[in-house]
Amino acid sequence: MTESSNIVKKKKQSDLLYDLKHNRFLLFMLLPGVIFFIVFAYLPMIGIVIAFQDFSAAKGILGSKFVGMENFRFFLGSNDSFRVTFNTLFLNALFLLCNMFFSILIALMLSEVGNKLFKKGAQSIVILPHFISWAVIGLLAEALLSTDTGFINGVLTGLGMDPVLFYKNAAIWPMLLTVFNIWQGAGFGSIVYLAAITGIDQEIYEAARIDGASKVQSIGYITLPLLKNTAVLLLIMSVGKIFNGNFGMIYSLVGSNTLLYSTTDIIDTYVYRQLMELGDLGMSSAVGLYQSVLGFIMVTIANKITKKLNPESAIF
Amino acid sequence: MKKNNIKARYGDRIFITCCYLLLIVFSIVCIFPFLLVISASFTDEYTLLWEGYKLIPSKFSTSAYKLLLKTSQLADAYLITIFTTVVGTVLSLLITSMMSYALSIKKLRIRNKVAFFVYFTMLFSGGMVANYLLIVKYLHLKDNIWVYIIPALINPWNMMLLRNFFATIPESLAESAKIDGANDLTILMKIILPIAKPGLVTIGLFYALSYWNEWFKAMLYIDNEKLITLQYLIMKVLRNTNFANTVAGSVGISVNIPTYTVRMATVVVTIGPIIFLYPFLQKYFVKGLTVGGVKG
Repeated sequence: MTESSNIVKKKKQSDLLYDLKHNRFLLFMLLPGVIFFIVFAYLPMIGIVIAFQDFSAAKGILGSKFVGMENFRFFLGSNDSFRVTFNTLFLNALFLLCNMFFSILIALMLSEVGNKLFKKGAQSIVILPHFISWAVIGLLAEALLSTDTGFINGVLTGLGMDPVLFYKNAAIWPMLLTVFNIWQGAGFGSIVYLAAITGIDQEIYEAARIDGASKVQSIGYITLPLLKNTAVLLLIMSVGKIFNGNFGMIYSLVGSNTLLYSTTDIIDTYVYRQLMELGDLGMSSAVGLYQSVLGFIMVTIANKITKKLNPESAIF
Repeated sequence: MKKNNIKARYGDRIFITCCYLLLIVFSIVCIFPFLLVISASFTDEYTLLWEGYKLIPSKFSTSAYKLLLKTSQLADAYLITIFTTVVGTVLSLLITSMMSYALSIKKLRIRNKVAFFVYFTMLFSGGMVANYLLIVKYLHLKDNIWVYIIPALINPWNMMLLRNFFATIPESLAESAKIDGANDLTILMKIILPIAKPGLVTIGLFYALSYWNEWFKAMLYIDNEKLITLQYLIMKVLRNTNFANTVAGSVGISVNIPTYTVRMATVVVTIGPIIFLYPFLQKYFVKGLTVGGVKG
C-alpha cells in the first residue's frame, strides 16, 4: 500500500518536473489561473472552521471559541431547517423538469418551422429573457402581478372577476416562480437541444417519410429517442446543483415579504439573512456547509449513475 | 398506402401550423412584459395609479424620463457598470483563455490534475461567510471598484467550456507550425486564437453579461453610492418604492413626483443597451455554445 502510494507520488513529482523542463510556456500560462483558484476558492475553504465556532469577527478565526456541532444542532433542531431544505429541493426539481420540457418543446417546434426568417426571429425573441437580470424581472413581475395596478388583476377585474392577491398568497408562488423560470430560461435551454436535433442524420427522416410516417410519428419515434442522451446528461448535471437555490431570483421576486416565506424561503436566502440581518456568522457558515455537503453527495451519486449509463460523459 | 400518405401530409400541415402558432404565442409571452414596462414608463403617473398597467397608455407623459435625466445616480451607475464590464471582460478573457489553452494541450502532463483542481471548486466552496471575510478583512476590497472584477476573473464553468473548444482544434496544426520553426507564442497568436474566435466571443459574452448583471457584490461590499452598479440600482428601485423621492430630493423637486413611472423608466434605460446589442451577438453564442457545450 505505502509502496504503491510512493510510486504514485514519485510519478506526480516527475510529471511536474517534466513539465517544468519541457512545457515552461504552458505552465506560465496556467499560473495566473492557479493563483486565482488558490486565493478565491481554496483559501476560503479554511473558513469552514467558522461553522464549528461561536465566531466573532473581532476575535477572528484563531481567537473564536470552538463549539463543536452546536451551530448544526441549533439549525437542524429548528423548524426552519426542514422548510428551507424542502423548498430548495422542491422548487429546483420543479424548475428543472418544467424547464427541460419547455426547452425540448421549443427546440422541436423551431426545428419543424420551415420559414428561415420566422425561425431566426422567434429564436431571438425566446432567448432574449435570459439576458435580463432578476432585479429587472422583479419589476416586470410587479407590473404584472401587483394587486391594485397589476396588468393581470386589471384584466381579471375587467372581466368581472375578483383580483388575485399574488403577494399575499404563498400557495401559488411555486407555480409563479416556475413560470418566471421557464420564461427566463427555456428559450436559452432550447439552443442545446436544437443543436442536437440539427445533428440528427436527415436520411433517417427521409426513410421514415417514404414509409409514410407523419411528422408527429417521426418526432415520437426518431427525434425524442435520440434526444434522450442529451436530456439525461443535462438532467444529471443539474441534479448535482439541486441544493443550490437561485438566490437572485428569490431575492428579487419575493424579497423580504415574510408572507411568502413558507413556500419560497430557500437555503440561500436563509444563509443570507443569518449573515446580513442577524450577523450570526457561525450559524450562517454552518448552514452553508450543510448545503455544500448535501450538494457534494448529490454530485457523487449523479456521477456514479452517469458512469453506469454512459461512461463517456461521467465527470470524474 | 397512397391514401394514408395523403392523410399523413394533411396531418403534417396541421402540425406545422400548430408549431408556428405555439411559437408565436411563446414569443408574445416573452416580449409582453417588456412592452408593458415601456408603456408604463411613458404613462402619466396618476393615470398609471388609477387605471393600472396597460399596453397602451391612455395619457402619455415623459416626465419620468425628464426626472431621470436630472439625476446623476443613473449616470454614475452606468459609468461604473460599463467600466467593470469592459475591463472585467478583457481581463477575464485573457486569464481564462490562457488557462484553457494550456489545459487543452495533451503534452502538458499535469493537465488532468489541474483540471480536477479547478473542477473541485465547482463542487465545494468555502461559503458566503468565508468569502466575505476574505474580501473585506484580508484583501480590503470593501468599497473598491475592483471588488467587482478581481474575485470574478475566472468562472470555472466558462474555463472548461473554452478548454473543450480549444481541444477541438486539431493538434497537427500546431505541430506543423512548430516544424516550420514557430514558437509557442506565435502558434497561439497566429494559429490557435483566430480559429478559436467563436469560442472566445461566446465566453466573452458570458463574462460581459455576468459583469453587466452584477448586483450581489454591490449589495455585500459597496456602501459608497457612487460605486454601485446599474443592476444594484435597479434592485434598490425594486425594494424601495421611494426611489423617485430620493431622486427628486437630490435635484430639489418636491411636488408631483412620478414615483411608479420613474421605476419603470429606470428599467427601460438599463435594459436598452442589451436589447440593441443582442441581435448582433446572438449568432456568436448560439454557435459557440453548441460546439463547446454539447460535449459537456
